[in-house]
Amino acid sequence: MTKLRVVHYINQFFAQVGGEEMAHIEPEKREGAVGPGLAFNTEFGEQAEIVATIVCGDSYFGENMDKAKETVLNMVKEEKPDLFIAGPAFNAGRYGVACATITAAVKEELGIPAITGMYEENPGADMFKDKVYIIATRDSAAGMRKAVPPMAKLGLKLAKGEAVGSSAEEGYLPNGIRVNFFEEKRGALRAVEMLNKKLAGKAYTTEYPMPSFDRVEPGAAIKEMSKATIALVTSGGIVPKGNPDHIESSNASKFGEYNIAGVTDLDADTYETAHGGYDPVYANEDSDRVLPVDVLRKLEADGKIGKLYDHFYTTVGNGTAVASAKKFGEEIGKKLKADGVDAVILTST
Amino acid sequence: MVKEIERTGLPVVHVCTVTPISMTVGANRIVPAVAIPHPLGNPGLSREEEYELRSKLVEKSLRALETEVSDQTIFES
Repeated sequence: MTKLRVVHYINQFFAQVGGEEMAHIEPEKREGAVGPGLAFNTEFGEQAEIVATIVCGDSYFGENMDKAKETVLNMVKEEKPDLFIAGPAFNAGRYGVACATITAAVKEELGIPAITGMYEENPGADMFKDKVYIIATRDSAAGMRKAVPPMAKLGLKLAKGEAVGSSAEEGYLPNGIRVNFFEEKRGALRAVEMLNKKLAGKAYTTEYPMPSFDRVEPGAAIKEMSKATIALVTSGGIVPKGNPDHIESSNASKFGEYNIAGVTDLDADTYETAHGGYDPVYANEDSDRVLPVDVLRKLEADGKIGKLYDHFYTTVGNGTAVASAKKFGEEIGKKLKADGVDAVILTST
Repeated sequence: MVKEIERTGLPVVHVCTVTPISMTVGANRIVPAVAIPHPLGNPGLSREEEYELRSKLVEKSLRALETEVSDQTIFES
């Protein structure tokens, strides 16, 4: 039997081209397996093999999505694969979005079976889990060994056109599509068991999770900007030089509140970024590139805005849990509201 | 964070490069930025040109805050 042909997509980091300083590289195609592809090949055994690996920088993909997608699609097409695999991306945000975007494009535009894998809180997961199979992985590359077997297994099924089981069986993120199967226990029995667990305060799994549509009403527009107090908030990790509160470079557990009364410009001597996961050179040189204090001071002096609020709020968005970000946002919102701020500019890297 | 701050009733404009993420998260006013490591700057420009670029983005953000929206809106140039 001839082996199925697989094309694999990975980022600059997993291809060992480099870290953030190489995140700008354009897509390139290499023969055979690279990095995590070796583990996939082992898992595939005699059934399939990676014939080509496409390597692309995460920032390049994020900033040039349409162009990057087109280039990668062409590279995939040239190989005439039976299966396309991207990642796994774990909790790397830009990588996850790239993997999910390109997996969906390969499936929809080229009609080639495709699969990716990432952590459930990766933004790429929410964007594409109802369009492609995304195997749920841990939040860091330490989960590689556990991520490869279910990705390879489901990938092979898709390539061979075999029936796909439920998300619970196959390990993909629930995509809203129901798969019929016969339960061993009848419904009444399962319901009573669930109720007993609930009453006993034990963990139980619902069979019908409610969808969560968490949208917030837009705040009312500012009528008189020349009288408005504007606050700056960022997830780009801008902090006073030395990061006095030790905000973590990834998966932040806190946010910082810093006084900028009288500060007209953020320079390399006084401010920097605590953010991991993107190249910090530009933000460290001039933090106004992330938190535009210089421009807002000028607009304040010119009377275009009433006032730039005396404090700014900052945290690191890199791999930070949604629950933490939610908590930070609640606390920051309360403070701003109480202090008479009228509107907020929130910047993200 | 955008959403929780806006929940208090304050209008929030989200300035970010990867706007699809912002849409998924649920920001209501979105202004596309320059690049991931320097959303409001461009190290390839002179200091003056870069300041000009940043001014334009900040002013666009203020315009977004002055605009009533009923749904998620991306403020393109």
